[in-house]
Amino acid sequence: MSLAKATAEEIKTRAARYPSKQSAIIPALWAVQHEQGYVTKEAMGEIAKILGLPPSLIEATASFYSMFLTRPEGRHDVVICINAPCMLRGADEMTAYLGQQLGVRDGQTTKDGAITWHSTIECLGACGGAPMMQVDHQFEENLTPERIDAIIQKLRTDPAPHGARPPKAATVASVPAEKVARPRAKRTQA
Amino acid sequence: MGLMPVLTKDFHTENLEQLAVYEKSGGYNGFKKALEMQPDALVELVKQSGLRGRGGAGFPTGNKWSFLPKGVYPRYLVCNADESEPGCFKDRYLIEKSPHQMLEGILIASYAIGCNLAFIYIRGEYLPQHEALEAAIAEARQAGYLGKNVLGKGYEIDVILHRGAGAYICGEETALLTSLEGYRGEPRLKPPFPAIKGLYGKPTVVNNVETVANLPHIVINGADWFKAMGTPTGAGTRLWCMSGHVNRPGNYETENGTPIRELIEDLGGGVWKNRKLKAFQPGGASMMVLLPEHLDVGLDFDAIQKAGSLAGAGAMVVMDETTCMVDAARRYVKFFHHESCGKCTPCREGTFWMANLFDRFEAGEAKATDVDLLLDIGYSIDGRSFCPLGDASTWFPRSVIKFFRDEFLEHVSEKGCPFKRTAQEAVA
Ligand SMILES: Cc1cc2nc3c(=O)[nH]c(=O)nc-3n(C[C@H](O)[C@H](O)[C@H](O)COP(=O)(O)O)c2cc1C
Ligand code: SF4
Ligand code: FES
Repeated sequence: MSLAKATAEEIKTRAARYPSKQSAIIPALWAVQHEQGYVTKEAMGEIAKILGLPPSLIEATASFYSMFLTRPEGRHDVVICINAPCMLRGADEMTAYLGQQLGVRDGQTTKDGAITWHSTIECLGACGGAPMMQVDHQFEENLTPERIDAIIQKLRTDPAPHGARPPKAATVASVPAEKVARPRAKRTQA
Repeated sequence: MGLMPVLTKDFHTENLEQLAVYEKSGGYNGFKKALEMQPDALVELVKQSGLRGRGGAGFPTGNKWSFLPKGVYPRYLVCNADESEPGCFKDRYLIEKSPHQMLEGILIASYAIGCNLAFIYIRGEYLPQHEALEAAIAEARQAGYLGKNVLGKGYEIDVILHRGAGAYICGEETALLTSLEGYRGEPRLKPPFPAIKGLYGKPTVVNNVETVANLPHIVINGADWFKAMGTPTGAGTRLWCMSGHVNRPGNYETENGTPIRELIEDLGGGVWKNRKLKAFQPGGASMMVLLPEHLDVGLDFDAIQKAGSLAGAGAMVVMDETTCMVDAARRYVKFFHHESCGKCTPCREGTFWMANLFDRFEAGEAKATDVDLLLDIGYSIDGRSFCPLGDASTWFPRSVIKFFRDEFLEHVSEKGCPFKRTAQEAVA
């Protein structure tokens, strides 16, 4: 599927701000993931064309970063942290509970297509609120089985496309340069 | 000593993230004052203040600025908001609560070093924080703090917010610059240091979020005021991110030199569930474990180093008597293995083998001799890796072997984790 015009425009605008257009590769990958949910080889080819760079360069960069997805996932994205500070506060128990309630294994998507979940060894910067997870990139801290239940319930019934959220502070509106990709899907690897 | 809110002093103010509210509490007065000064005088002021970088290494900020070669332009300032060290969540807090404070610091630093284009590199996972900064930058631009002719003073500055995409190594300054240039985030050889050849081959300063957040306060209150807080070699305050087995985890801004005991027992409300303290770890995943006997050590770069660990990025992970130290070390080792960029063999292969051995201990399949094998692997990584990530991957596990070798051996003799067994027995 080819890139939406707005995405292509956004990539161009961003590239123009950097002293080197190559710096716009990661922002471009975010823009694509925001629009399409993941990043295909074709899309990388389009980025290459827009930026006037070899496609191999885009692919080399994209493959280094764990947050760029290569295949479609559920509408919602749940990532639970299992690094040591979270482990100390019961992250393993919460992870087991989450998996049990969702009925699919780490890295998989629920049958209804609502949720893709996985655990991560990358600390997500919320150890003070451990155990924690990120749901479509919003922080959910001090997890308990009851809180997990409520979150899952909400996600299952929430038809909103992946990562869609209300527009941010109105003050941003008049400054297009600051408009950036809000990815539809964003996650790290297990 | 104790709590000393400087950066966090106004954090109880509602809507502080909004420009008007920030300005009402004195916001941007530091930048306005800075614009009245000569850039060189600002560099000197920061040198005199004794401010040391809060990103991990504790390098004196003013000195770092003064390394920029004379007459070479353009120059860049990059604010490091990649915060990914396990145990750390202070930069996130600083950004959420007061994005303008950080931005004001960036503007002051940029003006001081003669930079007209600054960057913020924020980790990909911090999406709400990214949005907070995005809004703050837009507000500041509208108010004339950013632009071609800032506040009519003829100074030009723009700030680009750049979002990472999930790679801990991009917090290391040279990897960060490589990533910002659009490449895979692999570290570069130092020297040349970024001050000489940094972003796009130009002189560049990389400073942490908390470091720059100190600048407005130093400009307003002066070097002597700043130096009066903390210790002789560690001026000011720091945000300590406390997590693990304490009653009140969270961020605490304390005067440097405050005893660790005060942080854990008073501010943190002590070890949770009335359990006994077993160990704690300052600095984040990379740093060596300390024991209850170190509780009276001060929260200070030099004091913690003397005690055998490092203050790093200001994390304090507290572990009570029920903690399996082998499992704690295993998580960190797996983290480093996952985050190794793969550029050099000692780190890429070494972290793989360490992670493998730790899994064997956890599964009860390890032999007693595997403890020394772990140490062996550690020795062949530390000091032989291309960047500090490899070295640091060995520090916590080796310190745990030093103090808790018995626990490794119990995993061998009991063919599994003795702590999990105890927990199961307690439930049964
Ligand atoms: C593996 C590794 C990860 C790092 N991660 C960060 C980070 O997330 N944030 C940060 O400010 N500094 C980090 N640093 C330290 C930076 O390289 C650099 O020293 C720091 O940003 C300089 O800022 P400062 O002088 O203000 O402390 C890291 C260093 C290493 C070796
Ligand atoms: S030490 Fe690890 S992270 Fe650093 S360059 Fe080598 S492989 Fe990469
Ligand atoms: S260890 Fe889980 S958020 Fe930091």
